[in-house]
Amino acid sequence: MNALAIHAPAILAESLTKTYGSGNTEVVAMRDVTLQVQRGEVVALLGPSGAGKSTLLTAIGLINPPTSGRVHLGGQLVLDGPHALMDLRAFRRKHLGFIFQRANLIPFLSALENVQVAMEINDVTPRAAKHRAHELLDYLGVGDRARHLPEELSGGQQQRVAVARALANEPGLILADEPTAALDSQRGRQVMELFAKVARERHAAVLVVTHDHRALDVFDRTLEMEDGRLRESAPSSTSSSTQT
Amino acid sequence: MNLAVRDIRHNAGRFVLTTLGIGLLLMIVMGMGGIYRGLIHEAILLVDRIDADVWIVQGGTRGPFAEISRVPVTLEDRAGAVPGVAWARRFVSHTVQREHQGRPLRMVVQGLAWPEDKGEWIPLTAGRPLRQAHFEMIADRSLGLALGDQLNLGRDRYTVVGLTRGLVGTGGDGLAFFTATDAMAIQFEVPGDALRLERAARRERVASQDLGQVLPLLLDRASGLERDIPSLSPPQISAVLLKLRPGVETQDIIETLSAWPDVTAYSTDQQKQLLLGGMVDRSRRQLGMFRVLLILISTIIMALILYTLTLDKLHDIAMLKLMGARHGVIVGLILQQALLMGALGYSLAWWLGQYAFPMFPRLVIIEARDLLILGAIVLAISVLASLLGIAKAMQVEPNKILAG
Repeated sequence: MNALAIHAPAILAESLTKTYGSGNTEVVAMRDVTLQVQRGEVVALLGPSGAGKSTLLTAIGLINPPTSGRVHLGGQLVLDGPHALMDLRAFRRKHLGFIFQRANLIPFLSALENVQVAMEINDVTPRAAKHRAHELLDYLGVGDRARHLPEELSGGQQQRVAVARALANEPGLILADEPTAALDSQRGRQVMELFAKVARERHAAVLVVTHDHRALDVFDRTLEMEDGRLRESAPSSTSSSTQT
Repeated sequence: MNLAVRDIRHNAGRFVLTTLGIGLLLMIVMGMGGIYRGLIHEAILLVDRIDADVWIVQGGTRGPFAEISRVPVTLEDRAGAVPGVAWARRFVSHTVQREHQGRPLRMVVQGLAWPEDKGEWIPLTAGRPLRQAHFEMIADRSLGLALGDQLNLGRDRYTVVGLTRGLVGTGGDGLAFFTATDAMAIQFEVPGDALRLERAARRERVASQDLGQVLPLLLDRASGLERDIPSLSPPQISAVLLKLRPGVETQDIIETLSAWPDVTAYSTDQQKQLLLGGMVDRSRRQLGMFRVLLILISTIIMALILYTLTLDKLHDIAMLKLMGARHGVIVGLILQQALLMGALGYSLAWWLGQYAFPMFPRLVIIEARDLLILGAIVLAISVLASLLGIAKAMQVEPNKILAG
């Protein structure tokens, strides 16, 4: 991560459990999940709907804390159960990048401004933010669409802008929730390859929730969730994942 | 990057229409304040221009503007003889509504104490003061008369020899200056048939009494002109104005006059207070109530539109929060829109007012102090209106983005 320990795992989740409701209505969305992802690694998280993939992703993304367990990001203990040990908003701003099924671009900002705003929120000067936003859009192949509003872009172009936005603050960890669901297979694969490229070139960890099995070869590792439990489906030599 | 401006640009139509509506409402609020100032200006205009020190009116009344006052013409001589009085002049003022060139013409008839007062003090925009004891008039432009126009009032025909601008009475009707004799003639002009009926009635009353039957000459007198009957008083005037000699205290003269049982004396300041406290105060309160209501309506409209603009952006706000935007970024987005809406509405109100207010039938005076106060109110209501939207935005959780 950009300001965190370079050798520490990008993600270290320990015994994460998430329950909703209580008593007879209690639902366990995630059971005792432990996960470790290194920087530069691209990991796919598979599983049927309701398996707890998004719950895990949002717990690691610090937007839906677990009921129990601990989350370390870049070597820092960030969540101890539901308790935040630091300013989560500031942590997200500096170290995390998010991509979703929908691009979720802000409709009243141009493609360039959508990327730029992520940096300005992080106290980058407008001039520097604009310059870097141009660079990122060029890097992702949508530089020529910089001045266009999201409604004027195709789905693939919007998703590329969303990736550029997620990369804007050079985060150590990128979390993507079904980023290719709205794209055709060709464009979906392009986006997945883009993640792999970003992870390698920018040394970021990428955790992708996906249903798309056609592009799994792009990932370093593949994990599967079912009934709130995590298991590794494609062992890797560069990282480890433990199912408990 | 200013998110508020970019959002407005994206929702330009809705924002412009709302701002236009707010601007028009604020223009009315501004105009009502101006009408109130105009009322005050018009109410005390004549009192200020006449520049008298003491106003003597009918005893126990608050005339001649706040209520009707009738004093005898001879009061002018009595008051003029009071030590310390430089001059005493009769004052005649009444409102008439006649017809001129097929349209109703409503004016405040003012009598000048000819020959001492020919109206030299009146600020003329065209023409000249009065030069004749009869049948000349000075008219305000609001009456729609031009120099040389002739006007039939009663049995006489008056020529406009001078014009003023902005000289109106407390009711907003234009002032018309005549000699006091002409003013009284206009006021007490009675149609011939009415005179004949009145004379016949007098004769009948006298004839039915013993005195009338023994003195036939009395019957003839009763049937004759009013002015030939000593027991009937001549036409009365509205008030007598006094100008005091230098060094004479107004209060001393008022104390002297307070010993006269048939009249009441007021200083010029008291006369202004009577006008402002009585006639204008009710209008002020009424206008004030309307202004409060309109400001409330403006606030509600602004709050509503800012709230709906915020509702439209909840997903984007969730995204901003997910990206780690501070509260200040979100609050700034809504608050800046509110302030911009308020500022543009206020500017629009002022700009439109420049064209609209001169067309109002009553004088509208916009004072810098009132503009500043309204500006502060607009600032306050803009902040107030944004609170609802801000409260809603603060409730948005970043994980709302997962809801799609």
